[in-house]
Amino acid sequence: MTHTTPADGSVSLGPGPERPGTGEGAAAEELARRSHTPTQRIQHILHGSPFLSAALILVITAIVFTMLNDRFSDPRTLSLLVQQTAVVAALAIGQTLIILTAGIDLSVGAIAILSMMVMAKISTDQGVPGPLALLIGFAVGTLAGGLNGLLVTRLKLPPFIVTLGTLSIFTALVLLYTKGQSVQYADMPDLLNWTGKTYAFGDFRVTTGVLIVLALYIVVGFALGQTGWGRHVYAVGDDADAARLVGISVPRVLFSVYAVAGLVYGVAAWVLIGRAGTASPNAIADANLESITAVVIGGTSLFGGRGALIGTLLGALIVQSFSVGLSLAGVDDQYRLLAVGVLVIVAVSVDQWIRKVKA
Amino acid sequence: MSEHAKTPVMSARGLVKTFGRVVGLDGVDLDLYRGEVLAVIGDNGAGKSTLIKVLTGAYVPDAGEIRMDDELVHFKGPQDARQAGIETVYQTLAVAPALDIASNLYLAREERRPGPLGSVFRMLDKKGMKQRAETSVRELGIQTIQNMGVAVESLSGGQRQAVAVARAAAFGSKVVVLDEPTAALGVKESAQVLRLVEQLRERDLGVILISHNMPHVWEVADRIHVQRLGRCAGVITPESHTMTDGVAIMTGAMALS
Repeated sequence: MTHTTPADGSVSLGPGPERPGTGEGAAAEELARRSHTPTQRIQHILHGSPFLSAALILVITAIVFTMLNDRFSDPRTLSLLVQQTAVVAALAIGQTLIILTAGIDLSVGAIAILSMMVMAKISTDQGVPGPLALLIGFAVGTLAGGLNGLLVTRLKLPPFIVTLGTLSIFTALVLLYTKGQSVQYADMPDLLNWTGKTYAFGDFRVTTGVLIVLALYIVVGFALGQTGWGRHVYAVGDDADAARLVGISVPRVLFSVYAVAGLVYGVAAWVLIGRAGTASPNAIADANLESITAVVIGGTSLFGGRGALIGTLLGALIVQSFSVGLSLAGVDDQYRLLAVGVLVIVAVSVDQWIRKVKA
Repeated sequence: MSEHAKTPVMSARGLVKTFGRVVGLDGVDLDLYRGEVLAVIGDNGAGKSTLIKVLTGAYVPDAGEIRMDDELVHFKGPQDARQAGIETVYQTLAVAPALDIASNLYLAREERRPGPLGSVFRMLDKKGMKQRAETSVRELGIQTIQNMGVAVESLSGGQRQAVAVARAAAFGSKVVVLDEPTAALGVKESAQVLRLVEQLRERDLGVILISHNMPHVWEVADRIHVQRLGRCAGVITPESHTMTDGVAIMTGAMALS
């Protein structure tokens, strides 16, 4: 049963110092302490807070791009960067929840567009008042997410397949419903356009949409980090069998995650109206991949059970910083894609590495 | 071992469980008293795990009855058994590796903060749970685990087992069932887990220990329930029979009169 660990060559019978106080125990503790190389210490820190690497990357990105072109740190540039990040950052909240349960959502963009077109069209075509149109749009998002959840929990289909299917279904529904037509800014009620309203803090400008997205991060972040529901989301993604055995209703948790994600996409749809100034069925074509990219760069594991919502916000900001920074540096936009691709692979490699952590 | 004049904390009579034409349990009786370790041994397919699953609510028996402190109970799921004071340490341990020790101890039993933070915002009492987890672990004399905030996956096999046992001990008010707790462990860690089993007995809990490891069974068990071909081939004690006898009864080479 004994095996040797390559790190220190000693016979491993478990790292625990089971004889505290005795000379032998102290020696074992000493050995345990010595075996922590700087690299291992980094591994430990990242294991506890995987989003720290994202924070570091964001800081480095900001410094490098400012050095290349100091307009990057200009409040007006940063305001634009934040406003451009808002929609993907919002969608990535739902994506984070689902990825934490070891799932994936390919229908993010389709659900957001569906709820956006519903709230825009019923308010303009049917004259539904703004607040009601908004609520109906949120409800459509929640129902669409809930449908994903039902298919995942009742039919026990893999989330990848479920959302691949619903991606097509929701996209088709949108095109059938709108006949490909956009709804213009001027035709929509003020409430729907409210997310585009800007507030100035000196040279720095935020929109209502940005504030709503920040509020979403706070609310969902609280639910994930401070409530029993959040614990259960992590536990289900970490080891669904263990979660079931301790008495967590795994289907109920999964369904709630998909439904909440759908609601979040509905809110993101509202933010998108304000950002784009129109409601177009062809908007945010890259939302699926962009939201997954933000989650992965933010340090959340695609295998489920680890990660933090704050990382996703950092991940979304990193991607947008690349876009803004490289264009300010006068670099071809294709390099942005290339850089983001490299980052994704690095982020997943780091995740694989920190999962092998030892005490 | 003292005489059991009291009523058993858990008592099963005539348990039958079939799976189609396969008979898992063929009329099994079992008595478990407070403050004793009852080992369940048997060959593969003898009905050990079926028996345990019936007792812990994972299976509903086709016939027979289970009594807790002389009161008839009907478990429709593991949750029912848990509410009746039965905790199970599964062979797979049922821990979430990425979550810390305190979170695992309180998984699905999270405690909220007092006041509106808990009732309205459903905020967890992380600090309180951590402190109580530390108390639970310390009360069992587990010294290898110090920090309740470390992820379970960074622990050794024996430490993980200790976390699972501590959870069962913290919430099991009457019975703790351990399924092959030493199967994946080395010599030293097995010894530690056996100490934990003795701790549970000292707390006056009824302990059911399923094990393939005869030396471990003979070391800690007060009585040994031998399961064979879906029936109970007899209940022996480490004093009345040797390990060789036990194996012989298990395999049918020897019959108890």
